[in-house]
Amino acid sequence: MGQPAIEEAHLTSLTAATAARSSASSEHSLVVEDLRVHYDTPEGVIKAVDGVSLALKPGERLALVGESGSGKSTLAMALMRLTKAPGRIVAGHIYLGGKDITLLEEPEMRQLRLNEIALVPQGAMNSLNPVMRVKHQIIDGILDHVADRKQTPDSHELEERVNRLLARVGLSPEVGRMFPHELSGGMKQRVAMAIAISLSPRVIVADEPTSALDVVVQRQIMQTLGRLQQGLDAAVILIGHDMGLVAQFANRVGVMYAGKLVELGPVQQIFTEPLHPYTKLLIESLPNLEEKKKFIGIPGLPPTLLRLPSGCVFHPRCPSFIKGTCETVAPHYQEVRPERETSCHLYAGVRA
Amino acid sequence: MTEIVVERPSGTSAAARRMRFAQRFFVAVVGNYVFRRVLFFLFVVWLASTVIFIIPRLSGQDPVKEKLLLEAQRGGHLQSGFEDMARTYQKRFGLDRPIWIQYRNFILDLAQFDLGPSIAFFPRTVNDILMDSLVWTIGLLGTVTILSFVIGTLSGALLGWPRAPGYFKYLFGPLLTLSAIPFYLLALLLVFLFAFRFSIFPLFGGYGIGKVPDFSLDFALQVLRHAILPAMSIILASIGFWALGMRGMMVTMQGSDFMVQAEAKGLKAGRIFLRYALRNALLPQTTALALSLGTVLTGAVLVEVVFRYPGLGNTLYQAIRLSDFFIIRGFVFAVIVSLALATLIVDITYPLLDPRVKYRKG
Amino acid sequence: MATTYIEPVVKPGPQNWVERNRLRILPIYRYMRRNPSLVWGIGILLSLLLFVGYGTLFYPHERFRPLSADVRLPPSTTYPFGTDTQGRDIFAVMVRGIPLTLRIGLIAGGIGLVLGTSLGFIAAYYGGWVDAAIRTVVDVGLTIPGLLILILIAVNVKGGLSVDQMGLAVATVAWVHPARTIRSQVLVMREQLYVEIARLSGVSGLGIVFREMMPNLMPYLAASFVGSVGAAILASIGLEALGLGPFDSPTLGMTVYFNIVFSSVVVGMWWWLVPPIAAMAMIFVGLFLIASGLDEWANPRLRKRI
Repeated sequence: MGQPAIEEAHLTSLTAATAARSSASSEHSLVVEDLRVHYDTPEGVIKAVDGVSLALKPGERLALVGESGSGKSTLAMALMRLTKAPGRIVAGHIYLGGKDITLLEEPEMRQLRLNEIALVPQGAMNSLNPVMRVKHQIIDGILDHVADRKQTPDSHELEERVNRLLARVGLSPEVGRMFPHELSGGMKQRVAMAIAISLSPRVIVADEPTSALDVVVQRQIMQTLGRLQQGLDAAVILIGHDMGLVAQFANRVGVMYAGKLVELGPVQQIFTEPLHPYTKLLIESLPNLEEKKKFIGIPGLPPTLLRLPSGCVFHPRCPSFIKGTCETVAPHYQEVRPERETSCHLYAGVRA
Repeated sequence: MTEIVVERPSGTSAAARRMRFAQRFFVAVVGNYVFRRVLFFLFVVWLASTVIFIIPRLSGQDPVKEKLLLEAQRGGHLQSGFEDMARTYQKRFGLDRPIWIQYRNFILDLAQFDLGPSIAFFPRTVNDILMDSLVWTIGLLGTVTILSFVIGTLSGALLGWPRAPGYFKYLFGPLLTLSAIPFYLLALLLVFLFAFRFSIFPLFGGYGIGKVPDFSLDFALQVLRHAILPAMSIILASIGFWALGMRGMMVTMQGSDFMVQAEAKGLKAGRIFLRYALRNALLPQTTALALSLGTVLTGAVLVEVVFRYPGLGNTLYQAIRLSDFFIIRGFVFAVIVSLALATLIVDITYPLLDPRVKYRKG
Repeated sequence: MATTYIEPVVKPGPQNWVERNRLRILPIYRYMRRNPSLVWGIGILLSLLLFVGYGTLFYPHERFRPLSADVRLPPSTTYPFGTDTQGRDIFAVMVRGIPLTLRIGLIAGGIGLVLGTSLGFIAAYYGGWVDAAIRTVVDVGLTIPGLLILILIAVNVKGGLSVDQMGLAVATVAWVHPARTIRSQVLVMREQLYVEIARLSGVSGLGIVFREMMPNLMPYLAASFVGSVGAAILASIGLEALGLGPFDSPTLGMTVYFNIVFSSVVVGMWWWLVPPIAAMAMIFVGLFLIASGLDEWANPRLRKRI
């Protein structure tokens, strides 16, 4: 019973993505098509990312939220083709500017990194090389992407470029001469952003860029990020679990659970009218400044990715659980309303 | 760390300004990293001297008297001047003098690097004898340590780098085994295999028998030939140790956030290897170098004994056989001072490598 | 009366000891496959002990003394390892000498471990000036090679050191390294939550020490012990090589010393040099393998196979 249903779901999301792809690179900066990233462990296969599809337009800000273990960080790494053994991309495609990067050899991929797709890491506490000065760490990224030997910029040009980049993230030129340990958390994160924009990439992947910072600095960093992104007209994928930040920054929000994308839609609608039961619980669990109400969590624990629940992965914790359907059949991920995608049996019969 | 609260003098008079400056200077010096290390060095030297002073006193033996007795028993003849020396010795260190005076004289002598006369080779002084052998030992050890550290560290770095050529990994096993074997043992093995079974290298000595040291090419070549086996004993075993340590460090580095970031930046593999991984792994490796100096030295000393290489080790060996306590004592003191000094130098230069360690303790 | 032949009843199910104890053996077997270093290390040392055992039981090992046989005999059926320049039966020397060397290592390593652990523990647990004092001594002790102090001691003891005296002497310098290791470990552990919880639950100081911390220290204690034993044996061999060891005892180091003094290599008496070298190599490699095996136990991150 489950087999044909899964295939159908596969086809559906494929058509959506293929449609996106056929519009070529001018339409979408980034297209992810049924991506699956698995980890081979002695205890079994961990399906960290299990069939995720999404598309990103230039200048768009997409936020991906989910609990720890939902697969969002794995997805971020996979987008950069940085998945490390024992993980590997087992299926799916990633189109960056129309090019399928899952098929590229490592040297070609290396060229694309930083140039076309850049990473702003999680709390740059340790993301900077402790023994190199900041400016050298910005410079080496530039140097290693020079296409032609003769075009290597000289030290003067490089110095200017570094200062300009630092200025764009709101840092003074002196920071260039400092070592990472002499900077505060916020400053380090700004440096990381300066590095990320140094080659004007098409897509910026920000993996929980503010989780290690305090609230005030968080806001500044997010504002800076937004400003930079607009300047470049780059697309941003923001990975995180802080719904508040997401609400202020993103255009669209995707919710991940147990390696799957369970909902995707414009930020306003996700917050005011969440479709998937998991998203509903997430929104409801947010504390509200206006009214006092009981603190609701989400009952149960996220499933172990080794042995996912049958049918819909969320069914053991779902308040809208439909007996007979939800534990046997996996729901399709589809567009159930204009620009609203979700995978839930509650909306099964509804096709946009 | 105790807080020192000091009242800063106020006012703009010249005297007040001088006081403030003096205070800042004082705090800077006492809190200074270099200062503390030098202090520790002096402490070690002093402690060593005291221990060297105390231990023989515990056994109640008087080395000079012993020698005199020995010669008297054998009916042998003493070098001229020996008795004078014995009398001077009695005056300064005789067991009838109060212990504080003995101690004071001892420390004074040491401070002037006067290690005393040699009993077995009288009238040569201990300094004299040690100096002769020092050259050989430094030559051997210096070269060997540098070579093995460089080769070992590089091999270890490559071993720990997943993108290194595959055939390299086969080196790991042999290197591991070699690192377990003490220099001394390896020396015996090498002497047995390459000097005896397959007479490729000379059995012992620093140069050919009967050859008088001079600055000729022939002598230089002989020195080299004779140094190869002793050097290899130390090098082969040390390389394993350095390689292992470096490999461990590199593997630990792999998981670091900044390594992931380096890759995310799309940097070239060579650059990541050298500037990111290696450079950071070198830090604990250098610390390990400082800590290993003692072991390397004692190992080298024993290797010299096996090969009768004319270095400090051999001198020590002869001194023990001839019961020349002053040489033994001088040797121990000299070695301790050198090691403490070497550790001090490495400690002081470490901040140059690691910008996170500052010269000032903040 | 003729004995009646009764047909043996063949019982179904597990037939031999291995099968019957499968449940008990399986985890051990699995661990052995996971940790080959440990297995090989123990194996090597065990084979040495087997050699000694065999020799002690079935060989005339009193022949280790000088003048027990003709001098300079190459290996033969009567003297499997030949004899040396003073008429010692080298096989007997090995049978007698290996346990002696091991004994020095065990005494020194054991005392060193107990002393070092206690001091390291006290330093880390009580902190303050006690810690500062012990730490300084340890730092100094690490800078100065122990062999030098041993040389001074040995030279000043009238009549040379006996085997047990050597063990004690080496112990005086062997405690430094374990002290340092245990101290850092305890410092880390002290901050761990489970200690705090125990303390808050009213468990006495000593109770915390033995019930909470010791079990977690076991891997480090074991590794330190093996390390100490190895270092102690190395130090004792070093002393003996310089001629400061027990002259009457056939320890491995003394045998090598005599080899050097009588230039066995020059005169071609390879049978005198090879056995002690082989024994020493086995001891050191064996200890090293055990130490790496224990390392793997202490630090699960190093585990290569699961």
